[in-house]
Amino acid sequence: MSIKQKTLDLKKRMQGALLGGGQKAIEKQQSMGKMTARERIIALLDPNSFHEYDLFVEHAARDFDMDKKSLPGDGVITGTGTISGFPVCIYAQDFTVAGGSLGIMHAKKIAKIMDHAMNLKIPIIGINDSGGARIQEGVNSLAGYGEIFYRNTQASGVIPQISVILGPCAGGAVYSPALTDFVFVVDNISKMFITGPEVIKSVLGEEITMEELGGARVHSEITGNAHFFAQSEQECLQQIKQLVSYIPWNNTKKADPFPKKAPKSRQYKIDNIMPVDPREPYDVRDVIRAISDDSEFFEVQELFAANMVIGFGRINGDTVGFVANQPLVLAGVLDVDSSDKAARFIRFCNAFNIPLVTLVDLPGYLPGIDQEHAGVIRHGAKILYSYSEATVPKITIILRKAYGGGYIAMCSRHLRADFVFAWPTAEIAVMGPEGAANIIFRNEIKSAEDPEKMRQEKVEEYKRKFANPYVAAAHGYIDAVIEPSETRRFVVHALEVSAQKSELTPHKKHGIPPF
Amino acid sequence: MDIEKKADETREDMFVELSLEEGVFKTTTNKMYRQRKPWEPINPAILRSFMPGNIPEIFVKPGDKVKEGDKLLILEAMKMKNVIIAPFDGAVKAINVKLGDTVPKNFALLELE
Repeated sequence: MSIKQKTLDLKKRMQGALLGGGQKAIEKQQSMGKMTARERIIALLDPNSFHEYDLFVEHAARDFDMDKKSLPGDGVITGTGTISGFPVCIYAQDFTVAGGSLGIMHAKKIAKIMDHAMNLKIPIIGINDSGGARIQEGVNSLAGYGEIFYRNTQASGVIPQISVILGPCAGGAVYSPALTDFVFVVDNISKMFITGPEVIKSVLGEEITMEELGGARVHSEITGNAHFFAQSEQECLQQIKQLVSYIPWNNTKKADPFPKKAPKSRQYKIDNIMPVDPREPYDVRDVIRAISDDSEFFEVQELFAANMVIGFGRINGDTVGFVANQPLVLAGVLDVDSSDKAARFIRFCNAFNIPLVTLVDLPGYLPGIDQEHAGVIRHGAKILYSYSEATVPKITIILRKAYGGGYIAMCSRHLRADFVFAWPTAEIAVMGPEGAANIIFRNEIKSAEDPEKMRQEKVEEYKRKFANPYVAAAHGYIDAVIEPSETRRFVVHALEVSAQKSELTPHKKHGIPPF
Repeated sequence: MDIEKKADETREDMFVELSLEEGVFKTTTNKMYRQRKPWEPINPAILRSFMPGNIPEIFVKPGDKVKEGDKLLILEAMKMKNVIIAPFDGAVKAINVKLGDTVPKNFALLELE
């Protein structure tokens, strides 16, 4: 063969492989309203930046006549590329090839690109669209999953790991996304569950649709397995691009800075956000937008445990992670889900050198038998653990209520916040005025002629004395009481002076957080 | 997106008064909070299925006297025959399953007295 013929031969081979499961399967995928694996990668990455590897990998199954079948690329596309110039390793399962089922060579391709990501110290993005284990490959398929989970764990906290669920992701396969940092889902397309509707029906006799069991909405609102919810694949890919702009390549770097921008102070008037009545709610995201660059806030897990708000923004061009109680939902209380949500985010930020800005306004923990029995003690402890272990700059602003355990948990000075500021509306006390008055003045109230009147008087007395930031300020537990309009200035300065912060932690193999 | 929409709706009709130890707060709730199940005390005399499964064998009938540790019935679940035993000495008050029944989780299989 001449070189020209050999080149033609290569092109022919590539054409075959690039078609994946063939035109019919591609049409079927598109008729389900889904993009093909290759279309997804091309749409996500910068134009012409995708470089594919292992295109000619063939499956290794020999039983059940599998040796007579060809599965191009073994059902997964792997490679490297850039997103707005930001380098990533990427893989996308190709549902048109044997339903994207995972055999040993498919898994080896994924493992190989993950190893690349670890060696090159760049993020890995996995697009999941797979029927699950390739049953014909038996235990080899399980071995494949295990190799992926091991790598997810080794890479955790070293490089950012992003999972995108654009199809089914069932059984053991769900554990790779679960081990990664961010999971993206799309309404009516993403489905995640350990045991599907059919098993549930045969074992339990209960009928449920895939969407109701493990659809995008379920994982965004109820289970908290997903971090970003989109209505379409296009919106989902946009969200990934946005996320990538906020995070660094790896744990030795900081996120790339952006040009500094002032908040949109006309739209978000920080002096007008706080209601006069301390029992009235407001949207804490307005406070975040009033202090972040260009009033941008990229919220994570918006629909799950909305009593806690987490997400990324920028202050003077640099990424920060915001953690804030949300008085608009459940009065901003801490509970099992909101604790889990915040703790995981705090650990992500700490691992990837993203300073934490915490906004505090919570009455305390949610009371209830269901909460106690669901383990609010061990779940709540995760917040204490993650704030305490975090060594990135930690800045706390107490907006309003900071009572009891909630005060301690929300990155107080005692958990080593670098700077704690309080608005004049702050109420920092061991507990709320009602509860405190009932305990401290129990006897006076009981022996009064009009106990209810006495109780009210004592509540007011307690409020006057303690429902303010000045008692805590007198002890030096907060660094400054600031006017709301000064918040951004103080945060900007605090971040500037803590840029070189280094904190020594005791040597250990790893801590034992209350998982 | 959804929450904002919800919050706008709520401004009119979805706000609730939430009573906490620290007082009463005007706020909204979320799905998990609304779906929480009320607590029921555990009654040791009612033996419940700890897993969904089926009933391949029943060893007792109503009125039988049983001793702690006696086999009452078998709950076959997840390919395992689980023997349900009497947690204390007593008598069988009622059996709520028949041979071959499929039961969901937390089903009251049998009552003792």
